[in-house]
Amino acid sequence: MEMFSALRPQDLWFLAEAAGKTLWISTLAISSGTLLGILFGWVLSVSGRLGSMTLGAVLDVFRSIPLIIQLVLFYNLFPIIGIPLDPFTAGTIVLSIYTLSLVSNVVRSGIESVSQDLRRASRSLGMSYWQDMRHIVWPVGLRAVFPAWVGVALSVLKDSALVSVLGYVELLRASQILITRTQEPLIIMAIVGLFYFFLSYPIARAASMVEKRWQQ
Amino acid sequence: MIEIKNLHKQFGNLEVLKGIDLTVNRGEVLSIIGASGSGKSTLLYCINGLESIQAGDITIDDIRVHDPKTDLNKLRQKLGMVFQQWNSFPHLTALENVALAPRIVKGKSKTEATEKAIEQLRHVGLESKINSYPSALSGGQQQRLAIARALAMEPEVMLFDEATSALDPELVGEVLDTMRMLASEGMTMICVTHEMSFARDVSDRVAYFHQGIMEEIGPPEQLFNNPQSAHTRNFLSKVR
Repeated sequence: MEMFSALRPQDLWFLAEAAGKTLWISTLAISSGTLLGILFGWVLSVSGRLGSMTLGAVLDVFRSIPLIIQLVLFYNLFPIIGIPLDPFTAGTIVLSIYTLSLVSNVVRSGIESVSQDLRRASRSLGMSYWQDMRHIVWPVGLRAVFPAWVGVALSVLKDSALVSVLGYVELLRASQILITRTQEPLIIMAIVGLFYFFLSYPIARAASMVEKRWQQ
Repeated sequence: MIEIKNLHKQFGNLEVLKGIDLTVNRGEVLSIIGASGSGKSTLLYCINGLESIQAGDITIDDIRVHDPKTDLNKLRQKLGMVFQQWNSFPHLTALENVALAPRIVKGKSKTEATEKAIEQLRHVGLESKINSYPSALSGGQQQRLAIARALAMEPEVMLFDEATSALDPELVGEVLDTMRMLASEGMTMICVTHEMSFARDVSDRVAYFHQGIMEEIGPPEQLFNNPQSAHTRNFLSKVR
């Protein structure tokens, strides 16, 4: 009976540490995916049909294949070509590309939401292309698609649980380990759910505060 | 100051300007009238380089607008433009709408740009709306804001593209009054308009455009009272 033992206080610490890892891998993926997504979204918006047929099609592949399959494929393909990857690196890269594929489309629609008339007005004042981009298109487009971007960020935070299939001990994996030992799935899942809630809720709150400030 | 020679403009196969010759002098107010689709607005867009041209030439103080070597961003500082849809920057207050371009394009300091912007907002009668966002302004106020925004760049010419067409009838007057005020201050203006009384009372010359051709141009008395072309007579009989 030694295999099984009750939930101990230090198990909570174990979960908290894992939550930190979830937060860390999500932060890396969301920030790098967003930065690259802004670049790719801009390329999509200026490259017209050719762009959406090439770059857009590639991004669609990443948007359409379930994340769990991307993770397994990526993690197992690299050792075959002689580059072994640890679960953290593989997970971060795949999550980043997944974020990028979602964000680039958000950014593209943000740029396209700014009317040509408005951009002509700013150009008619003597603003250069980049001044128009920086001072008009960026702030106006950002306000239009910010809620969509927050949606992407929150879903990536939760989807990061899938990196557990590679053996990376983030929140979900940690809970599985504890469940195996304690046989207390209900209480542990409830605790883990709370952890996810406390990771996501501040983001959602902060986002709605930002939106409120913009609405004046 | 503005010289247009044999200007041709096409959108695909559609020729919207078929050889326009026109000179606008400093301090002159020119109104352009004509039916929708006659090419009036396109002409304005060609003048400040927002549209390319297929043949001909436009020069502003001897600078060729469509010369690839011309710095359009610099040239456009001479040309203020007011659009049919006023196009206020929705994320900026009235003050910031006006102060933005002087600050980032002309490199003025924040204090100087702000002072200048307040002056221009007072000029168009919006001093009480300085901190309002465009969403809190009426159409007429937004259009006056657009005029102040253009004036803050200290342009030498103002281009008005049907500045009152999108406004509710009761708001047209305040915008026309602002345009009248500018004209009386000696601003060079090209006004594409459907407001015949404005064209008649304020302009030095009126041009009538018909299907991409400038049918007729002359002082308002002549064009309105004694039009030479049958097309002009026909148009005027409909709008009166």
